Amino acid sequence: MNTRAMNITLGPVPYLWAVDEWRDFYFRIADEAPADTVTVGEFVCSKRLHFFDSMLDQVISRLERGGKKVHLAGLGLLTLEREHRAQRRLIGGHDQIVEVSDLSTLMQVKGRPHAIGPLVNIYNVATTHLFAANGAISICLPPELPMRSVEIIAADFPDLTIEVLAFGRTPLAISARCAHARAKGNTKDNCQFVCGEEPDGLVVQTLDRQPFLVLNGVQTMSYTCHVVLAELPTLAAAGVRSIRLSPQRCDMVAVARTYRALLDGALEAGAAREELATIYPGVPFSNGFIHGIAGAEWVDAA
Amino acid sequence: MELICPAGTPSAYRDAVDACADAIYCGFRDETNARNFPGLNFSRREMADAIAYGRHRGVKTLVAINTFMRAGEEGLWYRAVDDAVEFGASAVILADLGLMAYTASAHPDQRLHVSVQAAATNAEAIAFLAAAFGARRVVLPRVLTLNEVAAIASTVSCEVEVFVFGGLCVMAEGRCSLSSYATGQSPNMHGVCSPASHVRYREDGTHMVSELGGYTINRFSRDEPVGYPTLCKGRFNIGDANGYAFEDPVSLDILKEIDVLRKAGVKALKIEGRQRGRAYVASVVSTIRKALAAPPEAVADVTAGLREFSEGQKTTSGAYKKRWR
Repeated sequence: MNTRAMNITLGPVPYLWAVDEWRDFYFRIADEAPADTVTVGEFVCSKRLHFFDSMLDQVISRLERGGKKVHLAGLGLLTLEREHRAQRRLIGGHDQIVEVSDLSTLMQVKGRPHAIGPLVNIYNVATTHLFAANGAISICLPPELPMRSVEIIAADFPDLTIEVLAFGRTPLAISARCAHARAKGNTKDNCQFVCGEEPDGLVVQTLDRQPFLVLNGVQTMSYTCHVVLAELPTLAAAGVRSIRLSPQRCDMVAVARTYRALLDGALEAGAAREELATIYPGVPFSNGFIHGIAGAEWVDAA
Repeated sequence: MELICPAGTPSAYRDAVDACADAIYCGFRDETNARNFPGLNFSRREMADAIAYGRHRGVKTLVAINTFMRAGEEGLWYRAVDDAVEFGASAVILADLGLMAYTASAHPDQRLHVSVQAAATNAEAIAFLAAAFGARRVVLPRVLTLNEVAAIASTVSCEVEVFVFGGLCVMAEGRCSLSSYATGQSPNMHGVCSPASHVRYREDGTHMVSELGGYTINRFSRDEPVGYPTLCKGRFNIGDANGYAFEDPVSLDILKEIDVLRKAGVKALKIEGRQRGRAYVASVVSTIRKALAAPPEAVADVTAGLREFSEGQKTTSGAYKKRWR
């Protein structure tokens, strides 16, 4: 099946990067990356929001000038009034499509076209219907969904942009507690933003020194990098219209180019995998979730 | 305040009734509920009998159908709701929004509770669910402080239920794929977390190692009790240090704050533990029943004996106290 019509979305940077690096990352994406949509903004931890406030509009306009459609990331876990205020300010102050990552945001985007991010639990057609009826125009399905579920959902919604994570560490959990701060002897309330010290996540190893997970503030992610390549034709045939690349600390422009070449048929899945391993070395790839097995596993589907 | 007790088996159900539970929650013997463990849960016949047994004694039955429907097999979840309604369940506890929509439309008079797995962590999310599906009660995720619980209870139109005792999720419930990453079996899709089928213990010299899906989750010396390898309660290496990266092997116990929860307007207190035995159910339920009737200053003494039922005999106030974060 032809994957040429598939779009590329760059997901929001999950990590806390130094603000000037964050800005320059997006400036380069704006100018060079073959991404159709770029979702920007903080979704992991509300304590990080202030770092990007002053730069956000600058980044948005640069991306738009670069021909990218810009989506704004909503927060993934909201419990505090301060967080709701920040969210309302973000949504009220911008015309861009908002990506919903928490159910509460649905109330605020009601009647306005919006996107649904991968942290929202959508496992079936009935639930997809609800979100579509509420105004969702695109849905990035949860990374743990197996191929069969993705196929069934996508087939039922030809008018909705169904998106699947194709590159990046998988978001596995979010907590009120910050394990990242805790690992460095701090609590969340006095975290000193130590998560910024690991721009690609803090590796959690088993006691046998096997790398297993990474901490990213209050979020826990896979150690492996989720990579979907040979499965893309099947996904395209099912009606999946977009793939998501989640930023890692590597050359994401090169990652996007690799995926574009693969989607355009200029590159084979095996060669794409080799390129990605050069661009993002040292981190093993996995695709178990899409094959319905342990997410950390790799299935050679090429 | 209502006391909501777990029952993993028909006999635990009867014990909970005898121990004066106000309501008992349980699930069908399949992946429609989040405690889909071997040897647990209720057949259709057992559920019908239990609901009737409870009703006869003034005890409500809440049927947990709180996993997420697998695409293409929604019928399994729809039938679970239909049957629970037919058997006379006081409420169904749901997590999947699609299943909530089905229930609200097919059984508009059925009381619908929002499961902790639905991850409604704030007043606006709860308002959305109450407006969309007529949800009458929400079970709050264990990510909130007492003050945040109170603020929600005073704002939302539906009743609020909170966990007060038992196993503790460290991660926001319903939003965790850790188990799935290591084993392929997930709470949301299969109703299991860190499943026994993927657990292995092996001796390593003088140590006992516990594994989940081939990953070492903990290592115990001879004088340490060997704990179950629940992924988020494991010991890991970070940099040069090793320890419990997410949470110690502890249980939630917020019983000393019962009075605070009562004043906050919390409607129901929930005990975790459908996978626990009859002794747990009987002792924990009757002790908390006594605590609910005791004056606030006596609660600590009344509940002191419950420590033996906690994981590692250690307890935490969890997210209810701000310092836990």
